[in-house]
Amino acid sequence: MPTCPECDGAVVVAADVRLSEIVECAECKSELEVVAKDPLVLALAPEVEEDWGE
Amino acid sequence: MRPFAVAASRVRFEEKQIFEALDRRGVRSTHIDPRSFWDGAIERKGAAPRDDYAAVLDREIAQTRGLYLARLLEAAGVRVLNSARASETCADKIRSTLALRAHGLPLPRTAAALTPDAARAAARELGFPLVVKAITGSWGRMVSLVQNPDALDAILEHREAMPSPQQRVVYLQELVDKPGRDIRVVVVGGRPLGAIYRVSPSFRTNAARGAETMPCPLSPELARLAACAAAAVDADVAGVDLVEDREGRLLVLEVNHVVEFRGFAAAHGDRIDVAGAIADHLVAPADAEVRT
Repeated sequence: MPTCPECDGAVVVAADVRLSEIVECAECKSELEVVAKDPLVLALAPEVEEDWGE
Repeated sequence: MRPFAVAASRVRFEEKQIFEALDRRGVRSTHIDPRSFWDGAIERKGAAPRDDYAAVLDREIAQTRGLYLARLLEAAGVRVLNSARASETCADKIRSTLALRAHGLPLPRTAAALTPDAARAAARELGFPLVVKAITGSWGRMVSLVQNPDALDAILEHREAMPSPQQRVVYLQELVDKPGRDIRVVVVGGRPLGAIYRVSPSFRTNAARGAETMPCPLSPELARLAACAAAAVDADVAGVDLVEDREGRLLVLEVNHVVEFRGFAAAHGDRIDVAGAIADHLVAPADAEVRT
């Protein structure tokens, strides 16, 4: 099971997770980005930037 | 058989739904992460068109990156939804207001001032309370309710201290006395799919700010205005925001070109398939080529 890069807690990730998908660490609530799938690697998700939006 | 691509640096609920809708249709798809995108033929006149994608759905959350991605892909001969032209119009409140006005859509009273000093004069003309918005930005950020000239001065002083010249261009709008909600209509390929109310005690009723969403009847007038607004900004896929004034008249606020529809899905459940409609519209012109 992958671990959170912020708190080292175990992170549950769905089997069909996609690259660049955002998951949340249940322990520290950090937003994490799936940066590799095989093996699964999580990194802290980028902070919201000024021009983000819909 | 070239794949259809979904470009997004952040794969959220909406992008997952779109990938799944493409999968259900037997359409081959791939993912572009705009953070690693580059184009080496930018300077080459007559460079061969790219043939790696049948079409690209631009779902990039960073509007600057999304716009240049669309521009580069279109220049390389790729069909992009939404087009760079639509993205450029929607991402700029002055451009989009001008486009909506040119198509005769009903809008709140609005002024654009090119300096903070000019904004003070524009505010005297519009009257208080009013709303000041950044000309770029989304999710209700940098949108301020201004009750009086002193509050306006405070906001404009902050604007004057900001490094970007864009922040010193000021968009002012009358505060519409709305019934605690606004309306979002999702339009795909010119067809309004449905509408939701976004309800909030705040004057900012963006779903991104926690507004509650609930189904809104899609009246013929609402459908007509939303379709017309999407067409005015050339958006194939659009989230059109409208507001009702005290007399129940509908006014168009803006059109969003990377429409988020999680709140829409929460309100309508699976009765309206936004992701499916987007997938169908993306695939339609080249349908025969890509079935796997």
